[in-house]
Amino acid sequence: MTDRPSNDKIILHGRGVVDGCIEGEALVTKETISGWGGVDSMTGTIVETRHELCGQSFAGKVLVFPGAKGSSGWSAAFHMARIAGVAPKALVFNEMTTKVALGAVVMRTPSVTELDQDPLDVIETGDWVKVDGDNGIVEITKGAKGG
Amino acid sequence: MELTAEEKAMLDGAEGPAAAKAMDLLVRYGEALGADRLVETNNVAGVIGSSTPFMADYYAEQGAVGRDAIFSRFDLDSDEVVDIPQAKAFTCHLQTRVEPNNSAMFGLPDAALKYHQETQEYSASKGVNMLNTCTPHAAGNTPVKGEHCAWMESSAVVYINSVIGARSNTEGRESAAAAMLTRRIPYWGFHTDAARLGQYRVDVEIDVDSVMDWGMLGYYVGNCVGESVPVITGIKMTPNLVRHKHFGAAAASSGGVEMYHVVGVTPDADTVEEAFGSNKPKETFKYGKAEMKATYENLNAKATGTDVDYVMLGCPHYTIEQVWEAARLLDGKKISGNTRLWIFTNQSVKQVAVRNGYARTIEKAGGLIMTDTCSAMAAAAPKGTKVAATDSAKQTHYLPAIVGVEAWFGSTEDCINAALSGKWQGKAP
Repeated sequence: MTDRPSNDKIILHGRGVVDGCIEGEALVTKETISGWGGVDSMTGTIVETRHELCGQSFAGKVLVFPGAKGSSGWSAAFHMARIAGVAPKALVFNEMTTKVALGAVVMRTPSVTELDQDPLDVIETGDWVKVDGDNGIVEITKGAKGG
Repeated sequence: MELTAEEKAMLDGAEGPAAAKAMDLLVRYGEALGADRLVETNNVAGVIGSSTPFMADYYAEQGAVGRDAIFSRFDLDSDEVVDIPQAKAFTCHLQTRVEPNNSAMFGLPDAALKYHQETQEYSASKGVNMLNTCTPHAAGNTPVKGEHCAWMESSAVVYINSVIGARSNTEGRESAAAAMLTRRIPYWGFHTDAARLGQYRVDVEIDVDSVMDWGMLGYYVGNCVGESVPVITGIKMTPNLVRHKHFGAAAASSGGVEMYHVVGVTPDADTVEEAFGSNKPKETFKYGKAEMKATYENLNAKATGTDVDYVMLGCPHYTIEQVWEAARLLDGKKISGNTRLWIFTNQSVKQVAVRNGYARTIEKAGGLIMTDTCSAMAAAAPKGTKVAATDSAKQTHYLPAIVGVEAWFGSTEDCINAALSGKWQGKAP
């Protein structure tokens, strides 16, 4: 079955942060993410040793996370990931900060926040997620890899 | 977002294409934040104009050659390359990735040093003041209470917000560059009164006195409150600049603390009521002996080897008081042949350290005073380092990930003792 009935989808409504609409596989963490010093911008990997995703790549994923923490080099670290071709495809997050706002803007990845349900409760790693930054909508297909 | 007539004119190019691109970035950034407007700032601290050969090559391959091209494409996130004018706002350069006088010890090839020197000249040519430190507030740019700033460097931002009462968010490299060219930054977060009020309460039940005590408290508080504003009560001994510096840097590393209140100490916290204003504490944490011990163990959890190859002091950059203390602890002694001791600071403090003879004392003992950078920024430790020791909770947090070494955390004295004996003997206080 390639077409799933629409009631299999979970729709969350929030505020668009960066415009654009894209879909991809979710990578979810309940822990905030450090930019500079926490990720390897050349490979798109989380390297913070204390982080639950340490060693995992966010390249081409829809990154679902509580928010940004740590150094002010957050935007530059993710900006570098963009020019290295290993940035996340989209961002879904809860806590607005200057770090994550600027990072999302310069990565130019569709991004949504302030959702009506906590995306960390709804979305699991591996879910297929469509992020519509123009309208502030996140559409989740559970445990499916597309179509 | 509502723009003033002057800001609209800037966006439309009245002050040249670079200011227009900078304003465009500020508008995109402000709207991402959900800000209503911009605010004037004449105090910017960033890594303006810095770049790497990787970035230069990347843009050059696309036909965008030269420093202005990197500035346009990366710092201003502009698809078009524009001529970069002189800074419009008073702007300082933060720490760099390169130690200017000992680059070989950092394993930096000569070509990379030359690239860095040209980068520094480029930044200076734009009117950027090259303080080259993570602590501009201790090196010639001390904001005043109420001053709107656009600073990067989480440890500096938390200091000027909390200890001085200046107003800055933690800006990024791109927003600081845009502020430098426009004298504007989004009016959001810590520029507004509401965001500066306390959100969580932390009752300190033990004596917190030494620099190490303050570093551990900061690390604990950041873990408890994340990016929120903590209100610390129960402090009996007034912390000085160095203690605030270590507390804030730690809290900004383990969490994302950009502003804190210490009741009876910081400018907007004469009382608990003043610190919280209209907010009610979301939760109250306590910091007693058990929490202190757990924090110490957490910081030291990843270190196992007791042979210390490298002692790193100066995160955030050491003040002259700290260099003085290190010199006193090292006076007349020799560090272990298996251990390196590097102390990081800014060039003005180093000059005083030379004038006062501290640099000579430290060098005679086998240590070195380094400037402009640190191990985490330069992503470098002395060759062959497997185990490091530092008196900075922030550096302990970052070193394992950035340099791939184990890191012990302790007092300045524990660290100097490790340098002298080559062994880690630190214990929870």
